Amino acid sequence: MNQVIRLMPFVLMTLVSLLSSPVTAQSPVPYTPVTAERLLQPEADNWLMYRRTYDGWGYSPLDQINTKNVATLAPSWTFSTGVEEGHQSPPIVNNGVMFITTPKNQVLALDAKSGEILWRYRRELPEDLFQLHPTNRGIALYGDKVFLATVDAHLLALNAKTGEVVWDQTVENYLTGYYMTLAPLVARGKVMVGVSGGELGIRGFIQAFDAETGKPVWKTHTVPGPGEKGHDTWPGETWKTGAVSIWVTGTYDPQLNLAYWGTGNPGPFLSEVRRGDNLYANSVIALDADTGEIKAHHQYHWNDAWDWDEVSAPLLLDVKRPGKSFKALVHAGRNGYLWLLERHADKITFVDATPFVHQNVFTKLDPETGRPSYDPQRIFGVGKRAEFCPSLSGGKTWPPAAYNPQTGYLYIPANENLCSALTGKQETYTAGQLYMGVDFSDIEFVPRPEAKQHIGELQAWDLNAGKKAWTVKFKSHNWGPVLTTGGGLVFMGGTNDRYFRAFDAKTGKQLWQQRTNSGVVGVPTTYQIDGVQYIAVQSGWGVDAQRVQEFLDKAWGVKTFIPQGGVLWVFALRK
Amino acid sequence: MPRAENQLEESTNAHPCAECCTSRLVSRRTVLKSALGLGVSLHFASIAESAETDPKKLRPQIGDIFLFSAGAHQGQVVTLNNLPEGGPPAFAYPLDPKTQTLRDGSRLNRVLLVHLAQAALTDPTRAVAAEGVVGYSAICPHTGCDVSGWQADTQHLICPCHTSTFDPKDRARVVGGPAPRSLPLLPLQIADGKVTVAGAFSARVGAEQK
Ligand code: FES
Repeated sequence: MNQVIRLMPFVLMTLVSLLSSPVTAQSPVPYTPVTAERLLQPEADNWLMYRRTYDGWGYSPLDQINTKNVATLAPSWTFSTGVEEGHQSPPIVNNGVMFITTPKNQVLALDAKSGEILWRYRRELPEDLFQLHPTNRGIALYGDKVFLATVDAHLLALNAKTGEVVWDQTVENYLTGYYMTLAPLVARGKVMVGVSGGELGIRGFIQAFDAETGKPVWKTHTVPGPGEKGHDTWPGETWKTGAVSIWVTGTYDPQLNLAYWGTGNPGPFLSEVRRGDNLYANSVIALDADTGEIKAHHQYHWNDAWDWDEVSAPLLLDVKRPGKSFKALVHAGRNGYLWLLERHADKITFVDATPFVHQNVFTKLDPETGRPSYDPQRIFGVGKRAEFCPSLSGGKTWPPAAYNPQTGYLYIPANENLCSALTGKQETYTAGQLYMGVDFSDIEFVPRPEAKQHIGELQAWDLNAGKKAWTVKFKSHNWGPVLTTGGGLVFMGGTNDRYFRAFDAKTGKQLWQQRTNSGVVGVPTTYQIDGVQYIAVQSGWGVDAQRVQEFLDKAWGVKTFIPQGGVLWVFALRK
Repeated sequence: MPRAENQLEESTNAHPCAECCTSRLVSRRTVLKSALGLGVSLHFASIAESAETDPKKLRPQIGDIFLFSAGAHQGQVVTLNNLPEGGPPAFAYPLDPKTQTLRDGSRLNRVLLVHLAQAALTDPTRAVAAEGVVGYSAICPHTGCDVSGWQADTQHLICPCHTSTFDPKDRARVVGGPAPRSLPLLPLQIADGKVTVAGAFSARVGAEQK
């Protein structure tokens, strides 16, 4: 049973006529269907998908708000979501209609100019559901539908005009540990999603559904089964509980018709019980969007023992190196290395990789393949504690990096000076129960002495030169997704001091900041209506940011209070 | 880390919202008193309130005993003797001894049983404990995970999902993390050496539904 609150135009009219001057009377915002062509080439004014474009750049060409005037950016309107926990989803905007999601799978449709609510969908979640990651990372649009992947492992299509459920497809059984947090990826009339549950002994997969009917089209496991290529990288029955979650929306190359997905770590954390490479964990995999066939992959690191899910999909961009210009895949890894790969129709080749934070696990990389060798001291086992850097949450975890074609820089929201320690234990698998091979009390965050000065960073990398251009440092750890614009700006929140900030994309100089209600872990977006450019972001601290804060507080013997409760902020230049 | 947790406690007490904390305490005491004095009527109330008719899904009923749902004793009846004093806690499901119905039809029926030194329990906790054995819902009121962690030095229950920490010696009050309330308490008694349900859960089981 789900609940849709729809504010009919006549209700709005009545309210408006009762409460304010009639000149502001709202007319219903007409809805423009989202076509395949519009997804391939979105208008500058809109933000139609997770990272705006299939290449995953998180870049908008809009430039009304720019380095010269951003200091006068001010709140235009706000909207309280009424929900606690991690508000990570981007405001998606289609010709004046904005969609945001919140934890507990609420979807809100708003007039993107006025902030008027158009409808609200709230999912009644099962009472026996548990949420390791109480969040949602956004919707996808196609036709006149809005697609939502739910935390009880359903995929829904809502009517974009009314919020009513058009179809509801069960993707997996939540009671066995499957759930979804990602924004779906739409391409070629199909809606693609992947499942989470890596801490619960699931077997990960990506599945595509027909956008119109909701019928399953293909399903590809991220842990190969018997007879499938890569199956022999899992000993015995371990593939059945091999995890390899999909946490974040894939990117898509329409020329190759390949969807690129970052994959999670293998389960359980304890690597000695699943000796082998554990394909396709900690990898990028390239799936044929029509068939789901894995056409190519690159494994960033094998037999993971550090919970380094490589959750983010690589950004697709062109890189120029002396004597060579190529189509690249770029990924700032949770394992602390910045990976540069080359993409082809049938393979992914290694170009280079360099650590962007302190990393003490890899002793070397094979220059041809990029395959790392490990320091055995950094691998924990049953009764064997091992310390390693970066921490469990890595150099960068799910918050997306961004690429600005004007500067040629990649912007990475990073965490430095944080390490972790794990100690293993034997564990047996029970469906729907944590299955990590690590006791909770044996998970430690170990800040380096330098962490007192700073943890969070915003790094800019010149990919053509293969060098870091600048770094902004923050005292707090950083969970801020990045937006970059044609106005020469980079926007990011992410720190526990509740600020949302703008930086000069060329120099990293901070140009503006706004303190918000909570910590900003939402993906910022930008759009334009009637000649006015807006910047939109949700502020609502929670999930992993909250969890790491608890660990840090424990390590330092302090208590940090970061208020929760989501608010959408929309900014424009002061008139 | 006892020091950090003490600090946490102090900061909770020193919070400007002293009044709301007090009212929370009062309401918990009220519930507890009701559970103590009116166990039977609560028992009926719990049946009346619940539309549940499947006995496997019914919340624990007075007279139910327990079977270990995990660990070395899985499937065995929980007695005073096979629960190690001092912890760790055991996960168990209630069993109707008359019909032999195991109430494992809902994970919300998972119960944590901890055997602690009687002297370590606060008075109100001891009053609903059975010879040092305390029973709590295993479901975290934050977002519903199983509270499966145990910190031996402080004897605290920890939820692995987002580190909410509860003190089973004191009605499983929240001593850290995002949980909005304590774990629902299940009054117990010992009958024929078996750990037995003596009353209904002190509060609704499960995650906050806002
Ligand atoms: S579910 Fe227990 S702390 Fe979040």
